[in-house]
Amino acid sequence: MSDIVPPEVKPKPAIPANTGPLVPPTSAIPVPVGSHSTAQSASGGSTLLGYIGIDTIIEQMRKKTMKAGFDFNIMVVGHSGLGKSTLLNTLFKSQVSRRNAGWPRDEKIPKTVEIKSVSHVIEEGGVKMKLTVVDTPGFGDQINNDNCWEPISKYINEQFEKFLKEEVNITRKKRIPDTRVHCCIYFIPPTGHSLRQLDIEFMKRLSHSVNIIPVIAKADTMTIEERQEFKQRVRKELETSGVEFYPQKEFDDDMEDKSDNDKIRETMPFAVVGSDKEYQVNGKRVLGRKTAWGIVEVENSNHCEFAKLRDFLIRSHLQDLKEVTHNIHYETYRAKRLNENGGLHPISSNGTQESNL
Amino acid sequence: PKGDPTVHVFHRRGNRRDKNIRPLNLAGHVGFDSLPDQLVNKSICQGFCFNILCIGETGIGKSTLMDTLFNTNFENFESSHFEPQVKLRAQTYDLQESNVRLRLTVVNTVGFGDQMNKQESYQPVVDYIDRQFESYLQEELKIKRSLHNYHDSRVHACLYFISPSGHSLKSLDLVTMKKLDSKVNIIPVIAKADTISKSELHKFKIKIMSELVSNGVQIYQFPIDDETVAKVNTSMNGHLPFAVVGSTEEVMLGTKMVKARQYPWGIVQVENESHCDFMKLREMLICVNMEDLREQTHTRHYELYRRCKLEEMGFKDTDPECKPVSLQETYEAKRQEFLLELQRREDEMRQMFVQRVKEKEAELKEAERELQSRFEQLKRLHADEKATLEDKKKALEDDQVSFSKRRAAAQLLQGQSLTANGKKDKDRKK
Repeated sequence: MSDIVPPEVKPKPAIPANTGPLVPPTSAIPVPVGSHSTAQSASGGSTLLGYIGIDTIIEQMRKKTMKAGFDFNIMVVGHSGLGKSTLLNTLFKSQVSRRNAGWPRDEKIPKTVEIKSVSHVIEEGGVKMKLTVVDTPGFGDQINNDNCWEPISKYINEQFEKFLKEEVNITRKKRIPDTRVHCCIYFIPPTGHSLRQLDIEFMKRLSHSVNIIPVIAKADTMTIEERQEFKQRVRKELETSGVEFYPQKEFDDDMEDKSDNDKIRETMPFAVVGSDKEYQVNGKRVLGRKTAWGIVEVENSNHCEFAKLRDFLIRSHLQDLKEVTHNIHYETYRAKRLNENGGLHPISSNGTQESNL
Repeated sequence: PKGDPTVHVFHRRGNRRDKNIRPLNLAGHVGFDSLPDQLVNKSICQGFCFNILCIGETGIGKSTLMDTLFNTNFENFESSHFEPQVKLRAQTYDLQESNVRLRLTVVNTVGFGDQMNKQESYQPVVDYIDRQFESYLQEELKIKRSLHNYHDSRVHACLYFISPSGHSLKSLDLVTMKKLDSKVNIIPVIAKADTISKSELHKFKIKIMSELVSNGVQIYQFPIDDETVAKVNTSMNGHLPFAVVGSTEEVMLGTKMVKARQYPWGIVQVENESHCDFMKLREMLICVNMEDLREQTHTRHYELYRRCKLEEMGFKDTDPECKPVSLQETYEAKRQEFLLELQRREDEMRQMFVQRVKEKEAELKEAERELQSRFEQLKRLHADEKATLEDKKKALEDDQVSFSKRRAAAQLLQGQSLTANGKKDKDRKK
C-alpha cells in the first residue's frame, strides 16, 4: 500500500510580492472585481512571479462549451388565450411556439391537459442552442380543474426519470440528452384582483420540482397603478402560501447573489405584453400592439416589463436556471427515487457488499 | 460580433434523431449568446481544479520543473535514495492569476526507480490514481450527493520523466507507462535535456516514440478537432516527448534576468525555445489544453474506471435475455441474493449448533450412565464387605460372649476352690 502524505492546502509561501506585469485577461467578461469573498491577486491568495497563462482556461472552457452547444427546455402554463405562444415568439424573436411549427391552432380546447413539445435550433453569435418549448393546452380551461397539474407534474418527473436512467447505465453516453424542464413560466391572468385558487395550488405543488417564473399576462389591460397594486397583492399571496418561485431565496450563493436576486424578486411577477408585429414609432421600428388609443411598445420599459423578463431569463439567468434544475431539482428527485427502492449506498472499496444493507 | 443576428441558415450535422428539429432564423438580438459567459462566470466563482502527477526517478528534476512551470516556489523536500518502496506525495496549492483561482495539486513519486527490485514500482501509482476515481465514484453513487461542490482530486495530467540517457527507454519506463495509459493522460518529457546534444536529442526522441508505438503505449495526443488550435497542436504532437530543462535561478543575460542554468561553457536558458522545449510544455499543458486534459480525464478515463468497477461488481446493462436492466434492479436483485445467502448461513450455523448440542448431550449421557454403573458396582462391593465384616463382628461377639461365660465359670470355680481350700486349712489347725 503506498503511504500518502495527506495533501496540505497551503497558501503559497511568501516569495516577495513582486508580481511583475500581469497580462490582463484576454476575455471581456464583465466579472465584478473582487466578486468572491477571497482576495484578489495582489493580496492574500497566491502571487505568481510573471505570467503563466492559467487564466487562459476561461477561453478554453468557453470554446468547448460553444462547440458542444446548449440545450434549453422551457414550459409555459396558463389557460388559453393568455398569449403564451406570442410571448415565447417575442422572447426568442422567432416562431418557436408550437402554434407555428405546423401544428394547427386547436379548434377545440382539449378535455384534459395535454403536453406538447416542439424543438428548434437557434444560433446567435456562434452559440448554438436547441430550444424545446413545452406547451400545456387545456390547463385551467375545464369547468372542473381539480388536479389539472397532475399531467404536468408527471411530465416533469418523466424527464427526470429519463435522465436518471441514462446516468445510471454502466456504459453511458458522453453527453446525456437533457429534456428536463429548466423553467416553467406561469401566466397569471390580469384580473387585477388577486390570485385564483388554481394559480396558488399549481405553483405551490410544482415549485418543488421545477423553477417557476410567474408573469402577469396581457399587462396592457391594466394601468400602471393597477398593475403595481396587483403585483404587490400577488407577491404577498405567494409569500403567505409558501410558494418559492425562481430565483428561490434558499439557493442564493452569497451576499452579492442575494442582493441581486432580492432586487429581481421585488419586481416579480413581471407584467408582460407580447407581440410579433412591428410598427413605426418615432422613426423606429418596434414590436408592439396597435390599439385605437396608441401603440403599446413591447420593449419599452415604460409600457411593460417584457425587457426585464427577457434580460432576466435569457441574458443573465439562463445558465443558472439549468444549474438549479440539475443540482437541486434533479438531485431531489434522484434521492427520493433511490430511497424508494432501498437505494444505491456507497460501495466499500474492497468490493464486499456489507455496507449496502 | 455581438448583437449581429446571424442570418445564415444553420445545418445540423449528424444525429438522425434531430431530423425533425428545424433550424430557425432570429429576427433580432435575443441575447443567449451570453450563455458561454454565464457558464464561465459560474466556474470563475467556484474556482478551477487541476491535478498533475509527476513520475520520475529521484533527483531527475520533477520538483524543479513544477516550480519553473508555475513560476513559484512550492515547498520541496529532498528525497533520499533509500526508500524501501515507492510512495506518493501530494501537495495542494491555491494559485491565482487575474480573476482565475486555481487549486493545483502536484503529486510526486518518492523513491521511484531506487529499489533493487522494481517489479512492483508502478503499483502505488496505479493505486493512487484508482483511489481518486473511486472517491469520485463513491460520491456519484451516494443518495444525497453534492457533485458540483466536490473537490476533484482525479489526476488530469501525468508527466513521465525520462532519463536523458540518449539511448532508449528503460524497461521500467515502458512497463509503468503501459500500466497507466488507460488511466491517465500521459505526457512524456525528457528531463535534464541540457545533457544531450541537439543531434542526439533528435535521434533519442524518434527512438522513444517508436518504442512507445511498438509497445502499444497510448500517450496523450493534443486534440486536433478544433480548428483554432488544430495547427499548433498537430505541430506540438510532433515534438513529443518534450525535452525540458528546469531552473528557478536567474542569470543576467545582457540587460535582463532570465531563468537559466549557468555552466562554465555557457548559459542554458529555460525559456529559450532553441535551447529546450520548456515553453512548448507550458503552452500545451496550461495555455492550450488544460481544459481538454480535464475533460478527457472525466469523459474517458473515469468512465472506463467506472464501467470496469461496476462490471466487476456484477452489474450489467442488459440481462441474459438482452432486455435492458436498470442498475437499480440489478442492485436490488443482488441485495436479495445477499440477504438470502446470509439467511442460509444463519440457518446452517443454527443447525450446526443444534447438532453439536445433541452430540454433547449424548456424550454426557453416556458418561453419566457409566458413572452410574460404576457406582452400582462399588455399592455392591461395599455391601459385600459390610456383610463380611458383620459376620466377623458377630463371630467376635460370639467369642466374646463365650469367653465371658467361661471366665465367669472359671472365676466361680476359682472362688469355690479357694473357699474349699480355706476350710481345709481351718480343719487342720484344729
